[in-house]
Amino acid sequence: MSMEIIEQFQAKYPDVVEETHNHRGDATVRVKPDSWLQVFGFLKEEAGFDQWIDLTAADYLGREEGLPRFEVVVHLRRMKDGARIRVKARLAGPSPSIDTLSGVYKGANWMERECHEMYGIVFKGSPDLRPLLLYPEFKGFPLRKDYPIDQRQPRVPLLGSEVRRYSKAPDDTPHGHLAAEKKNV
Amino acid sequence: MNANHIMNTMEMEQELENDLLEITLGPSHPAMHGTIQMKVKLDGERVAFCDVEPGYLHRGFEKECEDHRWNQIFPYTDRLNYVSPIINNVAFAMAAEKLCGLEVPERCQYLRVILSEMCRITDHLTCLAAVVMELGAFTAFLYFVKARELYYDLLESVTGARLTYSWLRIGGARWDIPDGFVEQAKKAIPETRRILKEIDGLFTKNRIFLDRVVNVGVISQSDAISYGITGPFLRSTGVAYDVRKAHPYAVYDRFEFDIPVGENGDCFDRYRVRMAEMEQSLRILEQALPKIPGGPISVKDPKYTLPDKQAVYTTIEGTINHFKLIFDDIHPPKGEVYAAVEGGNGELGFYLVSDGGNKPVKCRCRPPCFPIMAALGGIITGHMLADIIPIFGSVNMIGGEMDR
Repeated sequence: MSMEIIEQFQAKYPDVVEETHNHRGDATVRVKPDSWLQVFGFLKEEAGFDQWIDLTAADYLGREEGLPRFEVVVHLRRMKDGARIRVKARLAGPSPSIDTLSGVYKGANWMERECHEMYGIVFKGSPDLRPLLLYPEFKGFPLRKDYPIDQRQPRVPLLGSEVRRYSKAPDDTPHGHLAAEKKNV
Repeated sequence: MNANHIMNTMEMEQELENDLLEITLGPSHPAMHGTIQMKVKLDGERVAFCDVEPGYLHRGFEKECEDHRWNQIFPYTDRLNYVSPIINNVAFAMAAEKLCGLEVPERCQYLRVILSEMCRITDHLTCLAAVVMELGAFTAFLYFVKARELYYDLLESVTGARLTYSWLRIGGARWDIPDGFVEQAKKAIPETRRILKEIDGLFTKNRIFLDRVVNVGVISQSDAISYGITGPFLRSTGVAYDVRKAHPYAVYDRFEFDIPVGENGDCFDRYRVRMAEMEQSLRILEQALPKIPGGPISVKDPKYTLPDKQAVYTTIEGTINHFKLIFDDIHPPKGEVYAAVEGGNGELGFYLVSDGGNKPVKCRCRPPCFPIMAALGGIITGHMLADIIPIFGSVNMIGGEMDR
């Protein structure tokens, strides 16, 4: 069912599609990254893929020479007949970027935020790319293959209010607060 | 109303806009189940802006999966949605089996359906219990938990654990069901119906409850679809999308059940959809329990499943097979797949990529409550501060799968 969409799409934009396959029944199409918005405009408005399912990326560090390292992967579904499609685009590192889909599908924004913090992929034109699951001081992109799984993170300095609360005892000595209490008595 | 008065009102509004009160709910707030933070700007008691910040339970699920062998991932999937771990097990097992091209024996498929439906019931019971407790009905919480206990006992008798089951394996299951399981399960069904009827009598026409949930937290159909919302949250808006019907997996196509839908997409509809779905799950259990076929529970393929213990201790092939699977694990063929099941909260999908090795290159979990949380800030905006509690409760956010 979805293969028909791919054929229709290929006929309409022959120079955009780079590769298609139907492995285990999952209709997949890989497109040029600079046609990303055009592709999803077609899929949503003309082909009727209205349901947002998933956006993620994969890092294929060290695969065949010359091939781009990252792949952005989007899954969509069509409400009326349940057809599913997977759309991919290859992006070269070390600072990959692609257009944002948050103007096309509302669900795209949060998944792009996650993808951005995990893989360092910049979604151009996104209204909000703040870290979602990680904290703002996090260094590096943890789901990249060259980020070691046992990597430690630098300590985040205490905030102003926390400094006052935790790091200053009234007298600068151990148990200083006890001494201070005694003085009051 | 003269022009002067309008000018005054506008000035007043401007002043109020500048005077928004910022408060932070969570991450350790009794009504923020799991750990989630909401930065809310209040205009009086009305929410003018809400920023939802998840991530306090992030533990690197995908990174850990890429560092572990295929069958070692099951314990991690238990901890995604810890209220219905079997459904997560099924989702991952199905994706991996699709990658390997394995066809699981019928007995295992029946058991997967039965235990999934039991988990769906516990999931809905837990969600509703939390909602009503946060609205002040602590007694009703105990009613829900009483019903849940029936299924926890059943699941414990099969898997040996009450919370993290790790029961499935790629190509089958770890253990068969014990003797007397079917009889005990058949006894639990009328007992659950009785408790559900009591709960229904307590809430469905309860004025105190209705005032808090009717027309609260409404989302439109088109918004829900565009956000990627699935499950009871989508069905409450009137869209009859259920993965079990739309893309039947295991043996769901052999059972008769309905997809309950709501009309308005508010918190009350989500409550009603969940109550009705438990009844449908009980119907599936009633049909499936007497029909469990005999036969093996795992694929008999030495490349994918462990041999019988008898063969391990008495034959050289069995020993080597066991050794190879324990120390090297399976090697799914190269490729990428996406497989989805209907979880307690909606479509739970796994996107797996294999390069032919014994560890996945990519193991992405598509959590069902993620898109709902993305929409939550917009749903809350415009409501009263107190409405956050029932709206957030009806999302049934599970920190384990939201933050992964």
